[in-house]
Amino acid sequence: MGALAKVADAVIRGDPAQVAAFTREVIRDGVPPKEILDGGLIAGMTVIGDRFRVHEIFLPDVLLAAKAMYAGMDELRPLLVRDGIPSIGKVVIGTIQGDLHDIGKNLVGIMLKGAGFEVIDLGHDVAPERMVQTAVEQGASVIGMSALLTTTMPVMGEVVRLLRERGLAGEILTIVGGAPVSDAFAREIGADAYGFDAGNAVDVVKDLVGRR
Amino acid sequence: MSTVLEFQASDLVPDRDAVLERLGIPAGAGLSERTEPLYAAAAGILAESAAPAGALADITIAEFRAVYDGEGRNAPRSPVADICVHAEHLALFAVTLGERTSQAVSRCFAEQDFALAYVLDAMASVAADFVADLAERRFAAMLRERGWKTPDGAVLRYSPGYCGWDVTGQRRLFAYLKPERIGLVLTDSCLMKPLKSVSGSIIAGPRSIHRFPPTYDFCERCEERTCRSRLRALAAAGS
Repeated sequence: MGALAKVADAVIRGDPAQVAAFTREVIRDGVPPKEILDGGLIAGMTVIGDRFRVHEIFLPDVLLAAKAMYAGMDELRPLLVRDGIPSIGKVVIGTIQGDLHDIGKNLVGIMLKGAGFEVIDLGHDVAPERMVQTAVEQGASVIGMSALLTTTMPVMGEVVRLLRERGLAGEILTIVGGAPVSDAFAREIGADAYGFDAGNAVDVVKDLVGRR
Repeated sequence: MSTVLEFQASDLVPDRDAVLERLGIPAGAGLSERTEPLYAAAAGILAESAAPAGALADITIAEFRAVYDGEGRNAPRSPVADICVHAEHLALFAVTLGERTSQAVSRCFAEQDFALAYVLDAMASVAADFVADLAERRFAAMLRERGWKTPDGAVLRYSPGYCGWDVTGQRRLFAYLKPERIGLVLTDSCLMKPLKSVSGSIIAGPRSIHRFPPTYDFCERCEERTCRSRLRALAAAGS
């Protein structure tokens, strides 16, 4: 097994200690950071994602793998920053104002990071203005919003309205999700996309980023 | 009658199949060898962190209609509106696991124990429902003590946010029940804090009043479909 394959394999097995150790090893061997990221860490998560999509494994296994991947990222991040290697996209996520549920949002964030995105997680109870302002300041291309209450769903529309008002629609794209949210609701408020679960949200965000 | 219900953390026995279902694991499948230990770990954290408590208050049909109508946002037709008029006894209830379990979930996420956080969160949600079941049983026991003897009687709970009862109905429910006495508060957006809490009405009457066909306007869009399993359980209990 090649050095990068060992990294990927440890991610797949959900072994943070081994991922960290193998990542350090390939860094010492002089493998470029971008290659380690793509050929080791993301490659491992891609296998996990594929297995998850066909229901061979379930979310707890994906999350174990994600934790392992993070251990590798901790080793790699300083080198990626040093070399100015950009992520595949920057996404601001948060649970919308008035809502404190953040499990679904957390899962989306974890899986986006696993797919190679840079994620700015604003937490829960996030005001529309803060969502938009952060996306602008951070140069994010996507805002991901989650709501678990019918009473807070309309606040998502406020984010879309703010983006339009500031001429940012089309530049910063929006994806919405959460138990009471639907594709029809996303269209109704003018959001760019709807993600029905965390795995689907990653595919949709990839698609959104690819569109720009 | 308005009372505080006391429970022990040891009373919490979340149904494993229900937890797995919440985790997105289909019936027949299970946790993998690697993730199985998370279940016991989560159960340990739940037992240590949960402080289950409840509030329960009798309510008349007329009073309940005022609570149920809430802010006028319910579906025009709904099962609870149809059922409550046939109720022999009604109560409002709220139960909570307390804040520490939600804090434990957040802590696990912060420490990058994502899988454990996810399992614990699912288990806590099921446990909160289980405490609501216990409240339902306590109300049924109280009614029997008071002499309620309806042949083929059944006691079932219904919550705002489901089956056409708009979640804004929580405001009047909270105003009547005052569950602040068990540490449960309602936010401006009608969210209960602590998060792992359940509230609603408990309706007692002949079993037949609880049966309804899924033909209300909102049934078509409903993805929960828990009414079907509840009605099946109701039928099985009565058979």
